[in-house]
Amino acid sequence: MADLLTLTPQGLYCPPGDFHIDPWRPVSRALITHGHSDHARAGHAAYLTTPQALPVIRHRLGPLTAETLPYGEPQSINGVTVSFHPAGHVPGSAQIRVEHRGQVWVVSGDYKTEADGLAEAFAPVACHTFITECTFGLPVFRWQTQADTIAEIAAWWGANAAAGKVSLLAAYSFGKAQRLLAALPQLGPFLTHGAVEEINGILRGQGYALPETTRVTPETTAKTHPGALVIAPPSALATPWARRFEPAEEAMASGWMAVRGIRRRRGLGSGFALSDHADWDGLNAAIRATGATRVLATHGYTHAFARWLTDQGYQASPLETEFGTEAEDAPAAPTPDTTDAPLSDEGATN
Amino acid sequence: MNRFAALFAALDATTSTSAKTAALADYFRTAPEADRVWTVALLSGRRPRRAATSTELRQWAAQEATLPDWLFEESYSLVGDLAETIALILPPASAAQPPGLSETLSALSRLPGQPVEARRAAILSAWRSLPPAERFLFTKLLTGGFRMGVSRGLMTRALAQATGAAETAVAQSLMGDWDPATTRFATLTEAPGAQGAQPYPFALASPLEAEPQMLGETSDWLAEWKWDGIRGQLIARADAFALWSRGEELITDRFPEFAPLADFLPLGTVIDGEILAWDYEATRPLPFAALQKRITRKTVPKALLREAPARLLAYDLLEEGGEDLRPLPLATRRASLDRLLHALPPGLPLAASPLLTAPDWPGLAALREAARDHLAEGLMLKRAASPYFTGRKRGDWWKWKLDPYTVDAVMLYAQAGHGRRAALFTDFTFAVRDGNALVPFAKAYSGLTDAEFAEITRWVQSHTLERFGPVRRVPPELVFELGFEGIQASPRHKSGIALRFPRMLRWRRDKPVSEIDTLDSLRTLLAARGT
Repeated sequence: MADLLTLTPQGLYCPPGDFHIDPWRPVSRALITHGHSDHARAGHAAYLTTPQALPVIRHRLGPLTAETLPYGEPQSINGVTVSFHPAGHVPGSAQIRVEHRGQVWVVSGDYKTEADGLAEAFAPVACHTFITECTFGLPVFRWQTQADTIAEIAAWWGANAAAGKVSLLAAYSFGKAQRLLAALPQLGPFLTHGAVEEINGILRGQGYALPETTRVTPETTAKTHPGALVIAPPSALATPWARRFEPAEEAMASGWMAVRGIRRRRGLGSGFALSDHADWDGLNAAIRATGATRVLATHGYTHAFARWLTDQGYQASPLETEFGTEAEDAPAAPTPDTTDAPLSDEGATN
Repeated sequence: MNRFAALFAALDATTSTSAKTAALADYFRTAPEADRVWTVALLSGRRPRRAATSTELRQWAAQEATLPDWLFEESYSLVGDLAETIALILPPASAAQPPGLSETLSALSRLPGQPVEARRAAILSAWRSLPPAERFLFTKLLTGGFRMGVSRGLMTRALAQATGAAETAVAQSLMGDWDPATTRFATLTEAPGAQGAQPYPFALASPLEAEPQMLGETSDWLAEWKWDGIRGQLIARADAFALWSRGEELITDRFPEFAPLADFLPLGTVIDGEILAWDYEATRPLPFAALQKRITRKTVPKALLREAPARLLAYDLLEEGGEDLRPLPLATRRASLDRLLHALPPGLPLAASPLLTAPDWPGLAALREAARDHLAEGLMLKRAASPYFTGRKRGDWWKWKLDPYTVDAVMLYAQAGHGRRAALFTDFTFAVRDGNALVPFAKAYSGLTDAEFAEITRWVQSHTLERFGPVRRVPPELVFELGFEGIQASPRHKSGIALRFPRMLRWRRDKPVSEIDTLDSLRTLLAARGT
């Protein structure tokens, strides 16, 4: 039987349904898992995504022709049944289920198995073939619970505030930043970089519960907001923008922070291993829960992870996509155009 | 280990040397005494003998985590640090009160020599009980690669701050061969003075990057060859005769030809100089390769003693008649050294490193150009008025090295680095042309900027032809200019040559692969300069 999804130069393609999923070059019909820039790209003739994901995608890509499909509702495209299911990665993110003539494939997009209280919680979807991301597909990546990591961040913030310092926390502006805001206890003012605040505004408008935040303006300094926690994209660290908060302590919230060498490469004293992706145990549990016999690994340690799955009895192989293109397996490598660009944690270039 | 782990976290969280010094000084004031002594030992490079090989540790950790060996290796190549990889892949530890640093290290020092099952059981039991940070540090101690981003000088300063002792006194008492199991903290901050085999801290030179004219009059400076040997400190006192390497290793027994000096040197003499393998016929050093054979031997066979006899070329006198000369000007110390050497009978393997004189800087520059004819790496310039300072102090002692040899070569293989450079491809294998073939001949892993390594990393990822574990084969397209200090014949290498200190000088984006150097050109250099 022919594969229900194949790789074309444009991206993942479903021949009988004549649509692509998260394509990286312009196509006529694109199904989009979530709004990060390596998954939602500009230039497609028609978009289909969840109603929760669309506002951020529109904000980032500008005017586009789009339809939405609520979580769990099937829709037929040229005789192929598609549906979106929560991926737990960021608000609105989805796995995409594709069914045709009794064959079920699921494209995971990016996913996280632990519920974070903000994004719609991950739900396993039974399938024959599972296309899974494996950004953190090595056994060195094992997250603590969100509660434990949030407690560490709060302790860091509290200690900085007590020492008269502002806390600068680098986090991707869509997803991680809002997750932190929703989970952290409010020990002082929350200040936000413009890129974060714009997403905050969109998500608030959709009804996601976020605490009160203040956008940093040219007048904002450490003096106007003593003891504040500033949430900014990683690229804003160590820039003139960040200098206004001196004396400040800097840290980053990212799964890569689990590895000391990567944290040091980023020149960061403190780092918190908080990821919007599944860890090693999460990936393995999610794959088991699908009941799939065939697994294709994308985005991350694809070769090692596929070999591990093969050892576990799956029919597994790597699938070379352009997701997480910022640095396929070199999480610490800066990109050429902006040497302080973020890590590929979310694949987003914000 | 909690207190020690907290110290480590504090040191790791900052790059500010004053913050590190403060954290360390605080630890030296408040931590249990035995822990303090062990910490000083660890930070000055004294670690317990290894209780397990790295292969054993990998296997035990992989088994404990029920992971295949290959997956452990994949993880290691991402993390770039064996101890951290182990700490991360092991299953979560049971909550327990971890033991202190000194107990941990004492227990570790009892393990070497025990049967494998006993060592395995002890290490697994520690892994199972230690929380993540302590587990990482414990494994760091096991692997022996223990560094905390703290230089010797920084630790000396922190000890001086914590105890009120003088930095120079602390620096000297930390020298030499002491055992943390039997040393009291107080003795680590008292200057031991001129007694026993206790060496003085070495004065170190900095590379001269500016034009030498900036240094003022040549008459203010003493010039010598910069020898390519090993730095040594020879001590002849009433109760000790000792030879120390710069790495503070006692190497007296490795150089038996120096033993007669004990009978002829006046008591209370300490000499700083260069140990060289000497060609007495040509009256110049033998190539470094000859000395290398000596360094690795704890006992020296007679044939090797004949083939590569060692000689000490003295350039400084630190103690005379038991008196510490270090505060005196170099010119005065040098005069005393020359007098002392002059009074010795002929035939001893000890001589003065000759002073080189020229009327002006161009004259000295011309001497430097001829350094390779003397098997030297360039010139040393030392201020005639300088005291013998502790450690590296810019301004008084300069090493003015020759420019390196260079070769243009193409990258064939790339491998990720370690530690801070894990996940970046930084370790490359290079080839030169041999007819139509490319012959690998050197590896290098330094000399480029972080941005260049990052760019090459992305290139390697998208151009990988084959993977051999952590090594990627790439198309021969990227050309680099390599610098090196010497060349020698090597039957072990396919190319037949081995370079000394190869490193990347430049990424030659302008140069096509067709224009790289040939194996023949290296062979020609080997014939002319080779060793």
